[in-house]
Amino acid sequence: MKKQKKDSLVFWLFLAPALISFVVVVIVPFFMGIYYSMTDWTAVAGITPNWVGLDNYKDMFSSLEFRYSFIRTFIFTLISVISINVVALTFAFLVTREIRFKNFYRAGFFIPNLIGGLVLGYIWQFIFKSVIPAIGGLLGINFLKELLLLSDPNLTLFGLILAFTWQYAGYIMMIYVAALLNVPQELLEASEIDGANFWQKLWNITVPMIAQAFTITSFLTLINSFKQYDIIVALTNGGPTDLYQGTVVNSTELLAMHIYNIAFKYNRMAEGQARAIIFFLVLSVVSIGQVYYNKKKEVEM
Amino acid sequence: MGRKKIVKGLLTLVTIVLFLLTIFPFFVVLINSAKASLEIITDPIAFPAKWSQLFTNIKTIWTNPSVKYASSVYYSAIITAFSLILIAVTSAMAAWVLVRRKSRSSTIIFLIFISGLIIPFQVVMFPLVSLFRNIYEVTGIRMLRTVHGMIFAYIGFGAPLAVFMFHGFIKSIPFELEEAALIDGCSKPQIFFKIILPILKPIFVTISILNAIWIWNDFLLPSLILGVGQEVQTIPLAIRAFAGSFVKQWDLIMTAVLMAAFPIIIGFIIGQKHIIKGMVSGSIK
Repeated sequence: MKKQKKDSLVFWLFLAPALISFVVVVIVPFFMGIYYSMTDWTAVAGITPNWVGLDNYKDMFSSLEFRYSFIRTFIFTLISVISINVVALTFAFLVTREIRFKNFYRAGFFIPNLIGGLVLGYIWQFIFKSVIPAIGGLLGINFLKELLLLSDPNLTLFGLILAFTWQYAGYIMMIYVAALLNVPQELLEASEIDGANFWQKLWNITVPMIAQAFTITSFLTLINSFKQYDIIVALTNGGPTDLYQGTVVNSTELLAMHIYNIAFKYNRMAEGQARAIIFFLVLSVVSIGQVYYNKKKEVEM
Repeated sequence: MGRKKIVKGLLTLVTIVLFLLTIFPFFVVLINSAKASLEIITDPIAFPAKWSQLFTNIKTIWTNPSVKYASSVYYSAIITAFSLILIAVTSAMAAWVLVRRKSRSSTIIFLIFISGLIIPFQVVMFPLVSLFRNIYEVTGIRMLRTVHGMIFAYIGFGAPLAVFMFHGFIKSIPFELEEAALIDGCSKPQIFFKIILPILKPIFVTISILNAIWIWNDFLLPSLILGVGQEVQTIPLAIRAFAGSFVKQWDLIMTAVLMAAFPIIIGFIIGQKHIIKGMVSGSIK
């Protein structure tokens, strides 16, 4: 009996530091947030928020800025997931071949991942604004010389995707490298003897063997694209403006930034919180759906 | 045989081209950090007229009152180091007792931790700031704009992934190992710190690398907890305070960017072998 009590004490003592900090910074604010989203909360100390029911949610659905930001976030996420994975897979294939200095290239492709979103946002802002036109001038390509990438709403979105791919592909590459190194060489050699060509080997052996990695990489790229904030703050800060159904909107103010701006720039904390809740719900549904779908595919392969 | 050689040559060529494209932005930063303000406007892709300008620029950033370079590096280092050690140790402790005690409460607590993996930061950030303020009002412990508040927040946000990874790993450690030690008269804490923790080393390294990259570069969380332009600021906050102004002095911004990236790139080059190995072995889990 005494031993059991002592074991129980050890259990809770070992659990306490991680559990307490996690509950305080994530779980409690999460439930506070659900409550605040249904009040007129202003975050000003000393003012008790009043219950307003679903008003904040209704305002959100009628807001054109929100709808626009939502669509843009989806476009950004979709293209980013594809572009990051294609680039990462290409990198991974190259650095697992029999080429010289492959560890050096592996490290090189990974290095942009060490640069934080904020810092790299400034680097790419400079590249888009000054370096690309200068290269255009040097090579005599007028199109590049006059390219004001950051003043066109659609091009800017692609600029963001480019910067994000540059940062993240090296990290995703590592996951693919790990998966590719796990593909048994004998299997590939045996199929080669049986006369399989490159594409047959790729499609029938390599792809099924790295299916598990696909689940992880799509999940990671999906949630991190959807939540993107740091790069945008430094690279475009939401701009340039665009017209959406007659309303002036910020073309790269994706959801994470939209939520932040509603709350802090326009001081509508409760509304920002309601949008964050929807953001969470959509992200959960999409990411869980993706993992579920991929897991099913994994089994089929 | 000839065809194989051509393919190999081609692959190498493609790799080199992609590699050069990848490091091109670093090259841009490097050559432009060594330019004076006029030079960078007239030609952003030429080599600098004289490299000694780099030191002039570094000195300017070093003494800049909004960058506070030495102080920012110091705070970034302290916050990153303590956070990643504490995340790893506290999460390993939690994961260990959760694996070893098979009960309904263990399962529920584990699931609560896992739920943290899908809760995005955006949904908790506003209430968190307000909660931290309340903690100060009730207990007198200042959480906002302090180093310990920042570290505490990182332990909480870092716990879900770390607990998840340790949990998976500890499950594969045979229990007999602990039983033997128990018979030899070891106490539970002794077993953890003397037997389990050393076994966890590889996963410890992987988690710490991931956390180091995350925390060193993190912007949104510190901007809420510490604030931009306050006494305690990390490197990304310093860059924001300096580069976020209306007049863009690109020569100095590039120098500041170079100085911000410098410590972590040096760290990467020193620990490169372990980092690449840790990333590859850890990511497959």
